[in-house]
Amino acid sequence: MIARWLCLLLPVSTSLIGGCGDHQSVLNPAGPEALQLTQLTWLLFGFGTVVLATVVLTVIGAVRGPQPVRTMLASTRMVVSAGIFFPALTLTGLLGYGIWLTRANFANPGEAGILRVVVTGEQWWWRVDYPQGGNGAFATANEIRLPVGRPILFELRSADVIHSFWVPNLAGKVDMIPGRITYARLHADRTGIFRGQCAEFCGGPHALMALEVIVMTQSDFDAWLQNQSRPAIDPQSTSAREGKALFLAAGCGACHAVRGTPASGTIGPDLTHLASRRSVGLDTATMSQASIARFISDGQHVKPGNRMPPFRIFAPDDLSAVAIYLAGLK
Amino acid sequence: MSNAHAPAGEQRSLELDRQQLERIWALPNGWRILSAVNNTVVGYFYIGAAFLFFLLAGLLALLMRTQLALPSNTFLSADTYNQIFTMHGTVMMFLFAVPAVEAMGILLLPQMLGARDLPFPRLGAFAFWAYFVGGLVFFSTLFFDLAPSGGWFMYPPLSNTRYSPDIGADFWLLGIGFIEISAIAGAIEIIVGILRTRAPGMSLDKMPMFAWTMLVFAGMIVFAFPAVILATIMLELERALGWPFFDAAKGGDALLWQHLFWFFGHPEVYIIFLPAAGMVSMIVASMAGTPLIAFNLIVVALIATGFFSFGLWVHHMFTTGLPAMSVSFFSAASMAVAIPSAVQVFAWIATFAAGRLRLATPALFVLGFLFIFTLGGLTGVMVAMVPFDWQAHDTYFIVAHLHYVLIGGMVFPLFAALYYWAPAFSSRALSERLGKWSFWLMFLGFNIAFLPMHLLGLWGMPRRVYTYPAEMGWQTLNLVASAGAFLLAAGVLVFICDLFRNLRPNLASPAGNVWGAGTLEWLENGLYGPRSIPHVESRYPLWQQPDLAKDVAAARFYLPNAPTGLRETIVTSPIEAAPQYLQRLPGPGWTPLFAAIFTAAFFMLLTVKMLLAALACAVLALACILVWVWGSDPEPLGHVQIGGGIDLPTYASGAVSHAWWAVVIVLLVAGSLYLSFVFSYLYLWTVAAQAWSLAIQSGLPSAASAYVGAGLLGLSAACVGVAGKVLARSRTGFAALVLIALLALPAALGLEVAAHWRSGLRPQASGYAALVYLAAVLQLQIVVAVVVTGAYTLTRLAMGRLSASRRVTFDTLALLSYYAAGQGMLGLLLVHGFPRAVS
Repeated sequence: MIARWLCLLLPVSTSLIGGCGDHQSVLNPAGPEALQLTQLTWLLFGFGTVVLATVVLTVIGAVRGPQPVRTMLASTRMVVSAGIFFPALTLTGLLGYGIWLTRANFANPGEAGILRVVVTGEQWWWRVDYPQGGNGAFATANEIRLPVGRPILFELRSADVIHSFWVPNLAGKVDMIPGRITYARLHADRTGIFRGQCAEFCGGPHALMALEVIVMTQSDFDAWLQNQSRPAIDPQSTSAREGKALFLAAGCGACHAVRGTPASGTIGPDLTHLASRRSVGLDTATMSQASIARFISDGQHVKPGNRMPPFRIFAPDDLSAVAIYLAGLK
Repeated sequence: MSNAHAPAGEQRSLELDRQQLERIWALPNGWRILSAVNNTVVGYFYIGAAFLFFLLAGLLALLMRTQLALPSNTFLSADTYNQIFTMHGTVMMFLFAVPAVEAMGILLLPQMLGARDLPFPRLGAFAFWAYFVGGLVFFSTLFFDLAPSGGWFMYPPLSNTRYSPDIGADFWLLGIGFIEISAIAGAIEIIVGILRTRAPGMSLDKMPMFAWTMLVFAGMIVFAFPAVILATIMLELERALGWPFFDAAKGGDALLWQHLFWFFGHPEVYIIFLPAAGMVSMIVASMAGTPLIAFNLIVVALIATGFFSFGLWVHHMFTTGLPAMSVSFFSAASMAVAIPSAVQVFAWIATFAAGRLRLATPALFVLGFLFIFTLGGLTGVMVAMVPFDWQAHDTYFIVAHLHYVLIGGMVFPLFAALYYWAPAFSSRALSERLGKWSFWLMFLGFNIAFLPMHLLGLWGMPRRVYTYPAEMGWQTLNLVASAGAFLLAAGVLVFICDLFRNLRPNLASPAGNVWGAGTLEWLENGLYGPRSIPHVESRYPLWQQPDLAKDVAAARFYLPNAPTGLRETIVTSPIEAAPQYLQRLPGPGWTPLFAAIFTAAFFMLLTVKMLLAALACAVLALACILVWVWGSDPEPLGHVQIGGGIDLPTYASGAVSHAWWAVVIVLLVAGSLYLSFVFSYLYLWTVAAQAWSLAIQSGLPSAASAYVGAGLLGLSAACVGVAGKVLARSRTGFAALVLIALLALPAALGLEVAAHWRSGLRPQASGYAALVYLAAVLQLQIVVAVVVTGAYTLTRLAMGRLSASRRVTFDTLALLSYYAAGQGMLGLLLVHGFPRAVS
């Protein structure tokens, strides 16, 4: 809230700053944990500004001020009070607040009755598992949907190198370290779409490893959960059926799973409900038949360095058929 | 020591003395200057090389800012960008920041302390050439697309062979590893120089602030660098031989690297900052025209900063899921370290108030530093708060913070120092007009570039990203930041113009004390330093001892000539600076240069796996070093007169010798390296304890082998000890004892390795196994040093250059042998005792 007001009050127009980028911003908290971090940010910013201003004024006073001021400043006593007592006092206060906030925000992995989501960092995508799915566990990728108003426990892992799970509107970041499990606990108190990004350099297109967190009402979330637990929809049209056959014949199932079909690979993202997601391959590539086709045949130009080789083996009609099939997997 | 004007005959002999000094200290001419070892020449080369790397890494930054000026820009590919940001960080931290402040130390310290040179001139030259050659080869990997691309911090698993299969990571590991050795060599020189070669009377409390900061700086290098040296050895062993220190699947841990790296990495930034703070202290006092207020408090603050900085490293790991109690401890420590820095800042302000600040260019850069560094320190307090760091870590907020403290805290003071001290080393001072332009362009450019980054970080922009989508709304601030970067570069360009127009390196007749400063480096110095070495009675000798400059120039103090006919300086006691002996120093020579080239070649050839060629270069490097060392340790010449009625010996053995001090510092480095290993061993046990219980079950070698090994180590130490006692009486007895010691040490090592090998343990099997064999690798390093030194000692004995009265070589061997025995025993205790104790 305060952030929005400040954005408006800033002397430079928001259009010049390019909008306050509020769907991946620390300054636009969407949950109680994030709100505490934002309040801390403003407190620290205020403290820092006051201290900096004091130092600047003191320097000016020392260099150009009247003699009585300079005499007062030219003493060991001033150095001790300003350099030792004042910081010791204020920093101790800040530290106390910081320690309290740290303990309050630490996730307890054993917490009962909480919705769990397992996110595994991969080069350069997010594997998302819902162990307590509507009708059984299911997997998805690059998009996390959550119910509003309920605490969520994220179990964070890595399949290869160190990544970091960061959705600034909702919580601070937690690293994903191979061989270890880390946890993040958060709570969204309004619906919306929030963007997250990997925040630990993981090589190659680390810059493109983004994810979306979509916070929905509880009923919408339940419906989504039910849908995701079901196996894949059967193809509805001839082209889609052709596409499915081509998909299986080309060996796509070696890397990608589509539940309810022979495709059961786990190397790449699960595609069972691919078309229910907002984007494909890259968060800025909106879900459509065209972007699916593009990623299949030219993925290295969409996300350079990603681990899926370009599939140029399809003739244009065949590629459309596969894309139609996949675009039907809602 | 003032006396009346000397009669004519005395004048003539003073003139002859001066000519003698000039001859002895003369520089080789033309291209032979490359063989010079004078601290002023090596210092000039050093600061020049450091500045070159600053410009190169700065160009890399401009490339990065060009790529980031526009969203989804295609100026640089992801891979090129990743190489460039890795090199920018690595070159700035390792090839610019530490060498630059080390260079200022080498350039300024002897003259500031009233010595004629540093105590190990050839070591200083070696350190410089190793750094320069190695650094250039390392930088050139960019032009062959072979540069590392895992970030300057090279976290595994990204940096292991699976995820970074190409050779760039190996270049980083081996290249950086030996550049650090160069830094340690410099640190040894600086510690011994500061503690043992100060002018008589300059007790510790009268030592200039810059010398205090360099002392703390060098001490921190000794204890911090070994942690990263060990980490680089471990990662290279993992990459080249598959020893799984950081591989979680085999009982290793990626976080082990982070602990070792940041245990070095955090002190590293204070290593960079403290000398800059020392330079600021000197400049503030001169520019305000008054002694520093609260001098003693500042010294305490420096030492406190040095200590505290070793207890902060986990603040780089707040997001790794460590327990709340641990992160809170490190948060407290990280905030506490702000206090000593605040003391310094307010002491400088108090000094401004006590004097009248002249707003010349050095003062402007100091004021710029105060603003930028304070802002950076405050964002540091912000990120020391764990919950805030959970949002700010690995974002552009941190990029802003680190540049505020490093550019503010080191680059601005460095520019202040270059403007301030140029008149002492150049026949012309730099231009005030160009200086002001340079300052304002740099100050404004810097703030325009980096202030917006705080906001970008809070708006969600992570670090180390080669691009960003237009939808995020980050493009305007990025464009502004890029413009600021170019403005900053323009300021640097103006400075370079000033250098070309005005800097005329001249060590024999520089511009002089244009600021009216009070410390000894401003005396009329020739190539030999001051005309005579003063007796110091105060902290600001040129202010507080009125006739000092005149009396020094009139040769009324110590060493107005060269009693032994060689380059000399006075070695004094560490606290009171009472003269102890006269040290003879070497003149120009080619061995340090060639030793450095062959050492650099060895490391680089090893990286490209040309093992035979690497081995050849290692042998050649060793040969150069042996030739160089052979020429040191000149024979005792009895006592000589140094003036003031004092006569001093020309040789010292045992703990009084400056060589003994150097060896002790080397052993502190070795000890820190080994303690880092002990930490790694115990740490991996907390992470993967099952490997330890497995080891007990499947066959730890018998305790007997450990006892025999310990016995051999003890035998070796005892033989060396007894050899020292019989040196005076029996050369054969001495040689025999040394020989037994030289055989017992490797035998103990061989026994240990064989015992583990026979038990079936292989280093690739697990993190535990790799650590057991790593103990042997570290022991091998020290055993090789002892064996080489031992063979050298016996050769000296045979050639009549070692005796009871000339025994520095043996003292060195003794220290190394005792250490090797002790390290070996600690290793046996850990590897054989610990698993048994915990099962």
